[in-house]
Amino acid sequence: MPVTLVKERYSSKVGEVVLGATPEQGGTRTATVTVGGDSALPFLHFEGQTINRPVIAMEVTDVVPTWSDIITKQIGDVINDPAAWAKKCVDEFGADLIYLKFNGADPEGENRSPEDCARIVKEVLAAVGVPLVVEGCDDSAKNNEVITAIAEAATGENLLIGIAEQDNYKSIAAAAMVHKHTLIARSPLDINICKQLNILINEMGLPLNKIIIDPTVAGLGFGIEYVYSIMERARLGALANDKMLSMPIICTVGYEANRCKEAYASEEEFPGWGNLEDRGVLWEAVTASGVLQVGASILVMRNPAAVKLVQKNIADLMG
Amino acid sequence: MALTGLEIYKQLPKKNCGECGVPTCLAFAMALASGKAALDACPYVTEAAREALDSASAPPIKAIKFGKDSVLGDETVLFRHDKTFYHPTTLLIYVSDTLSDEELSAKLQEIKGLEFERVGLQYTIDGVAIVNDSNDAARFAKVAATVAESTDISLLLLSDNPEAVKAALAPLVARKPLIGAATADNYEAMVNLAKENSVPVIIKADGLDALNDLVEKAVALGYKEFVLDPGSRKTVETLANLTHLRRLAIKKKFRPFGYPVIAFTSNTEPLEEIMEATVYVAKYASAVVLKTSVKAHVLPLMTLRQNIYTDPQKPIQVEPTLHSVGNVNENSPLYITTNFSLTYYSVEGEVETSKIPSYILPIDTDGTSVLTAYAAGKFEPEKIAEAMVACGIADKVKHRNVIIPGYVAVISGKLAEVSGWKVVVGPRESSGIVSFSKSLS
Repeated sequence: MPVTLVKERYSSKVGEVVLGATPEQGGTRTATVTVGGDSALPFLHFEGQTINRPVIAMEVTDVVPTWSDIITKQIGDVINDPAAWAKKCVDEFGADLIYLKFNGADPEGENRSPEDCARIVKEVLAAVGVPLVVEGCDDSAKNNEVITAIAEAATGENLLIGIAEQDNYKSIAAAAMVHKHTLIARSPLDINICKQLNILINEMGLPLNKIIIDPTVAGLGFGIEYVYSIMERARLGALANDKMLSMPIICTVGYEANRCKEAYASEEEFPGWGNLEDRGVLWEAVTASGVLQVGASILVMRNPAAVKLVQKNIADLMG
Repeated sequence: MALTGLEIYKQLPKKNCGECGVPTCLAFAMALASGKAALDACPYVTEAAREALDSASAPPIKAIKFGKDSVLGDETVLFRHDKTFYHPTTLLIYVSDTLSDEELSAKLQEIKGLEFERVGLQYTIDGVAIVNDSNDAARFAKVAATVAESTDISLLLLSDNPEAVKAALAPLVARKPLIGAATADNYEAMVNLAKENSVPVIIKADGLDALNDLVEKAVALGYKEFVLDPGSRKTVETLANLTHLRRLAIKKKFRPFGYPVIAFTSNTEPLEEIMEATVYVAKYASAVVLKTSVKAHVLPLMTLRQNIYTDPQKPIQVEPTLHSVGNVNENSPLYITTNFSLTYYSVEGEVETSKIPSYILPIDTDGTSVLTAYAAGKFEPEKIAEAMVACGIADKVKHRNVIIPGYVAVISGKLAEVSGWKVVVGPRESSGIVSFSKSLS
């Protein structure tokens, strides 16, 4: 006997956000990338459409990062040159976006100037045709200076810039508005702050389709279940027409997963955990898989081997 | 899951005879729904209705137990934040009976190694799925016996041939294996075999409609210890089927699907296989059969399983007693943190990396993080000072310095006053401990 399946009818869907701009749109990207737009829970194609598959942004830093050898050896010599590194990510590793992080701007570190950062953004823009995600350093005052300079230098490119936080969002939101970029709104694993921050930014005049949520992910084994449930609730909220939770979500998977000891500790040190090479790849890839199941739209990743696995997983899930 | 009065009313004879002691059938239905009456009071209710109403009061997904403490099913929600997921996905390693004796022995060695310890938790593999790929009943029985001898974990005996399952099962009945699969072609023999030996059986059909039909036929044989396999082997189809089965069981109380579900991976590349399995662990599979048994592959999957099945209302905690990292001595520094497992192990990991033998004292904050505990008044100076006295740290070190998390710097004055120790404010994030520790000496 045929079974009557339960198909949910949702009143709304996740908002669509376009990243990048082609020459006709005032930018220089070869194509734009659209994220969001889902009208059902992730990958449930029987009751709604997943118009845009989740995309992967690969991380490129302005200074040589102190990542595990397993990752840096795959990147190779280009690790000294952000533009060449970004190009390799797109051409060889199949990155949909480049995530450019200016650790070198940190006043505690190299204290790179905003002009210098803007120059590097221009170089990366010239090297690749995909849209860019750009974040400054962890010092919020300096981050504002750096991002303001970058936003101005890349006017019209529709970068995805970050990070706006609850106690520091005004100058970066203004930079996004004036120079026509899209903004990352980050909240510390708290759906109420997430929603509140979106309201505050929207009240400044930035449209909802220019905002991307960063819920602050946690790595596998270190609290991923918290962000898992927060994202699941945000998706259910978006489908139930909560406009302030309807933005697509970005997850900094590479940063969080590779902070976990399981992703970098050697087999000699922890024989019980097995071979590091596969373990490190899976630690990042499984973290990504976890957030994909609850609606991540943009995954920021590091390990090229993990990127490849996640690309396959997304292809399997898109059917 | 309790039924509403209207749902019960539909099953009643609608005679309104009043013999049950209630004037109308609808009123009787309401009384049943609120538990004020028993169905036995109605002399006219049909057997079918009685069964429907009885089973409706059963849990939406039956608990199926097999092997060594494996429990499948018995779940009540679609989203873990609604309550919690109760029974972590049972992970079984696929062992084909086409393996040579040497290969089998190597595989069993590898399976035995699948025990892990991380952040104070133990993970172990749950079982082995012995699969009759050889189509040879004698070989199947022999491999099953060899596996059973080598390990005490749960067993799944998988063959389309009921005779092969019978041969393998006979000496292993005491281990209570899960058997399968009952299909449209063999279900009578397979289900009866399960019934005679009181073991659960997998019901496998191609698609949900066929599965529904087969479950009904199998139930008609008078047995209900089932695990379902909707037959799909592609990731996206299995995800859809797992979702449909869980939804129908919970939201519609659809009895034919009120059983746990088993999923089989199809990706042959081991890392891709693990990615596929993560989807099934997150989305409702009660058991997953995996081909890879490499430590580095299984650990990440088991970690995700543990995370997803953590009760959202009960944070995992560590013992709020004095812990030591490395070979501590009388000069070892003392770190204060909370007994929230994630917080504690973040600190412990960094302290370990610093290579300086140290004491860590997690304060009992009911498993909340530093700032949560502080905001809730569970990380007060008096409480910390008491814990310091209770753990006897004063006799273990000759210094009188205590390091507190940077986020609660505000309590340092008061803590110094009540404890008599010098309070050192540490970094805000545990990631700063390594560089901080260098400044200690």
